[in-house]
Amino acid sequence: MGDTLLRAPTDRRYRLKKIWDRWVPFILSLGLFFAILTVVALLFTVVTTGFHRISWNLILNYPSANPYEAGMRSAILGSIFTVGLSALICIPLSIATAIYLIEYAKGRRFSEVLSYNIANLAGVPSIVFGVVGLGFLVYGLGLGRSVISGAFTLSVLILPLVTITCVEALRTVPDDLRFGAYALGATTLQVVSKIVLPRSLPMMLTGGILGISRALGEAAPILVISGLIFIREDPVSLFSKFTVMPLQLYNWISRPQAAFIELSSAGIIVLLLILLALNSAAIASRQWLMKRVI
Amino acid sequence: MEIDYKKVVSKDVTDLGLFKDSDVVIKTEDLYVSYRDKLAIDRINLEFYKGYITAIIGPSGCGKSTLLRSLNRMNDLIQGAKVGGKVYFNGVDIYSKEIDPVFIRSRIGMVFQRPNPFPFSVFENVAFGLRVNGFKLTKEELRARVKDSLEKAALWDEVKDRLDAHAYSLSGGQQQRLCIARAIAIEPEVILLDEPTVSLDPLSTAKIEELLRSIKNDYTIILVTHNMLQAARVSDITAVMMPDENMVGRIIEYGATSEIFTKPKDKRTEDYISGRIG
Repeated sequence: MGDTLLRAPTDRRYRLKKIWDRWVPFILSLGLFFAILTVVALLFTVVTTGFHRISWNLILNYPSANPYEAGMRSAILGSIFTVGLSALICIPLSIATAIYLIEYAKGRRFSEVLSYNIANLAGVPSIVFGVVGLGFLVYGLGLGRSVISGAFTLSVLILPLVTITCVEALRTVPDDLRFGAYALGATTLQVVSKIVLPRSLPMMLTGGILGISRALGEAAPILVISGLIFIREDPVSLFSKFTVMPLQLYNWISRPQAAFIELSSAGIIVLLLILLALNSAAIASRQWLMKRVI
Repeated sequence: MEIDYKKVVSKDVTDLGLFKDSDVVIKTEDLYVSYRDKLAIDRINLEFYKGYITAIIGPSGCGKSTLLRSLNRMNDLIQGAKVGGKVYFNGVDIYSKEIDPVFIRSRIGMVFQRPNPFPFSVFENVAFGLRVNGFKLTKEELRARVKDSLEKAALWDEVKDRLDAHAYSLSGGQQQRLCIARAIAIEPEVILLDEPTVSLDPLSTAKIEELLRSIKNDYTIILVTHNMLQAARVSDITAVMMPDENMVGRIIEYGATSEIFTKPKDKRTEDYISGRIG
């Protein structure tokens, strides 16, 4: 009798089920395959056109009409300055918003309306943020075409993305832990600061880095804010004129000389390396944080 | 199989009449709770006495946990929950406007179904309540308090050499005793336990039952369980809860555990404890 129990059924439905079970992962991995293909194609083109043009000149020189001397120093510094500043503005704001939505206003109608609007905001084209920044910050508040205008615009642009990740991070903290703390007479502030925040900070950090990566690649809103200008000086203050890497690349690509096209490919490699470094730093710090809190 | 409850019931309390005017720590008056306008429990009138363990038994979904959560205002945290009627704690209505629920929860501790230690060390788990309630203790006093709490929770001998170990490295039963120690540390008057042993093995369960009996003199303990043998073994007083035809939980019988389990007055109680329903 035990023998019959162990033998797998042999009917058609069962065999079909087994075949499906075997092939589904392959079908699903097709999606992954296309993603990898795109990245490989992109990297291949960029590296073959631009790799030989990577030099210290590219990183240390100011832009120039001579493609063999031109560099993106002002753009690299501009990017670091604006994006760094926008992260400093955006990440605390996002964490605060998420904490309010999940820990204080949960279930209230106001909180739901707010959540929908944040999700909607994430779908607004980035150029719109640029135009709003131009009207409100550059002219309205008179901040001019400056680093601070760019940073505020970028921070508003990535705010929804980062806030949504922070909300998700808070949702991963089990209610068991919250109730446990409340039942010991903890206030909401104590529950948040001692229990919830330490647990969700690593994931929030990931959200912040995602936002930074997005901001680093944005050209359109900055184009509106700073204009397509030729800058031969470092951004030294919040009110300096500035440009960013994607804009510099756009500028080079739109020139007729082949040497500038090559240079833009080299610039893309530099941009990708900076992104890679940022993401690695994020992953490393997340791992470090996770080890400490869990 | 008929269980002979006579062998297991506690004989500490044989007649509730003896309790007239004694230390009633918590008293409910026509307490009801609804979730989004659907009544969950209704007309709950109970008294809980200092130094005794009261068990609330009843089938799943009859509102035992809801009742328990309304005694320390944990229902405030549940979306859509609305509490009506009165809950008196030492004669004060805990739902009146001037009462701070945070303070109530520090006086009425709670232990949950699944062990939920914080992701800290064993020591910090017990110290947490002391820290958030602003106890001004020196390092030595803090250590002494933590040790005392762990001893009361019958956990000290097992963890004294690894107070800095992460709480998640303890077994399930140890984690639950840690949660009890954590609750005891801030010296509450009442401890609410919501099926504290459902996720534990029989040995861990026995340890927790033993510890509850050993600390009961200093506290008012209210134990929700659907394990009738546990109620019979541990509690002095039992309240039996049943859902009515509208699935609203009500108390159908309340009395000394020895009475309820050996001479139930209500037919439904008799059916329930003998395992015919529920």
